[in-house]
Amino acid sequence: LAAHLSLSLAECPGTGSAQAGRAAACQGCPNQGLCAAGAAGPDPAEAAELRARLRAVRHTVLVLSGKGGVGKSTFSALLAHGLAADETKQVALLDIDICGPSIPKMMGLEGEQVHQSGSGWSPVYVEENLGVMSVGFLLSSPDDAVIWRGPKKNGLIKQFLRDVDWGEVDYLIVDTPPGTSDEHLSIVQYLSATHIDGAVIVTTPQEVSLQDVRKEINFCRKVKLPIIGVVENMSGFVCPKCKNESQIFPPTTGGAEKMCQNLSVSLLGKVPLDPQIGKSCDRGQSFLAEAPESPATLSYRNIIQRIQEYCEQHHFQEEKIM
Amino acid sequence: MGTAPRLPELQECLGSAARDAQERANLAGVRHIVLVLSGKGGVGKSTLSTQLALALRSAGNRVGILDVDLCGPSIPRMLRAQDSAVHQCDSGWVPVGVGQDSAIALMSIGFLLERPDDAVVWRGPKKNALIKQFVTDVAWGDLDFLIVDTPPGTSDEHISTVEALRPHRLLGAVLVTTPQAVSVGDVRRELTFCRKAGLRILGIVENMSGFVCPHCSECTNIFSKGGGEELAKHAGVPFLGCVPLDPQLSQSLEEGKDFIQEFPKSSAFPALTHIAQQILDTSKRSS
Repeated sequence: LAAHLSLSLAECPGTGSAQAGRAAACQGCPNQGLCAAGAAGPDPAEAAELRARLRAVRHTVLVLSGKGGVGKSTFSALLAHGLAADETKQVALLDIDICGPSIPKMMGLEGEQVHQSGSGWSPVYVEENLGVMSVGFLLSSPDDAVIWRGPKKNGLIKQFLRDVDWGEVDYLIVDTPPGTSDEHLSIVQYLSATHIDGAVIVTTPQEVSLQDVRKEINFCRKVKLPIIGVVENMSGFVCPKCKNESQIFPPTTGGAEKMCQNLSVSLLGKVPLDPQIGKSCDRGQSFLAEAPESPATLSYRNIIQRIQEYCEQHHFQEEKIM
Repeated sequence: MGTAPRLPELQECLGSAARDAQERANLAGVRHIVLVLSGKGGVGKSTLSTQLALALRSAGNRVGILDVDLCGPSIPRMLRAQDSAVHQCDSGWVPVGVGQDSAIALMSIGFLLERPDDAVVWRGPKKNALIKQFVTDVAWGDLDFLIVDTPPGTSDEHISTVEALRPHRLLGAVLVTTPQAVSVGDVRRELTFCRKAGLRILGIVENMSGFVCPHCSECTNIFSKGGGEELAKHAGVPFLGCVPLDPQLSQSLEEGKDFIQEFPKSSAFPALTHIAQQILDTSKRSS
């Protein structure tokens, strides 16, 4: 008797939905009783609050992967720096990786705390036009662990969107943890109050990564999240001594290029391994500024430009429709 | 005067006792359980879980792997089992036999997906329910070691796994990091999780620690060096060793090959077998 679970996408209707506890998928879920007894449906007042808060955000980009450790946070940080190089643009970087918040360290903001004002929580500013928010700023020690189950994580993500006074923002970049779970469902749900331009999906060349990234692409399609494109990170290493290239993470099944072809998704670019990237991240400095001549910097800049072009065009099309 | 319980209630009681006995029975033959954790994603938990299993098997132990990464199950492919299916028997689910002679027992959500690209988009409660089933409803049989591979973080999967395994013979946790500060930062939090959960820390592994160019033998520290060793010292836990970046290891994982059997001269081999030996030594002292 082969065992199969019917694992159709997004089975859990969401603890806040009208179907909570009542959908077919709720059978056997330990929370079924709680959901069926409690939630009356999504709170319209809450949705209105979120809409009001996010009204002044022009473009939102989600940085996703199915796989951990491929460079989402690194990419999010550099995307933020790259966009903020234009001083006329206001950039916001939101880190919703609640258990493993890497962004404060990468942006040189370790040890900073969040301040409250009359208009809400203040983002922590790296530059005048680059503000950051992360659970990292709410922890008092680097050893503090956030050992929370899903519902509590969702609550904090909602607070980040509702209570942070982002002000007028040209680009809101959201860095996510790996996977397709609470954080991902919640951010898509809450951000439906504004619009999301799309998702950038990060991978490395190996099949071990790609097999998780295909799932993430499927997730995006099912929740109708547009995919701006895929970035292939850690794509080859050139030895600084002999200049020969090694494929440390080999593209045994054709890498991101083949996957993008098969799934009709854009390949935004490939970024090679450069030991300076990790060093800059550890020191909280922008790699783009520290190593402007590196082939990796060139790749990042091309990719950032393509993302900008996508967002500007998208906005233009929306205005045309309106 | 009390009345005898109604027949349906009595049957329910019996059912529950039988269920409890079954839950304990499925892990009763497992001598040592080792959790592989990290706070950080992509540092090599699944890689280490697989290599540890292969090395322990190679040394003559009976080994199983439980993959509780529900969103990104990597282990089936690493052991060339991505097309296998799970079957049921009287005592529960039968783990899939993988590796040489199908001698390693593996359970993963990867086997339960109708299509390999299907995303498992579940919130916490449903993940918790499946993890509990994986722990109590899989007929593991007699094993010397059960290696439990986890996703990154300190959330539902980790809390549920530790709760479900608590009544059984948990030897402890191995924490994996890469050398950089960004990784070490997350692993410090995982150490806190272990302490709060009362989990013994078997040690820290520093993975992706240096790359030796196969053309000219120059060593480059692509992801920095030493962070894992420093963390072990700072936290007062054993340091199990540095594993270098090894393209033959990555290639083996991609193709589902047994790296331990096929590449004993490769750069990662000594470190990986040394880690397995230390786990073996610790288990002998605990028996």
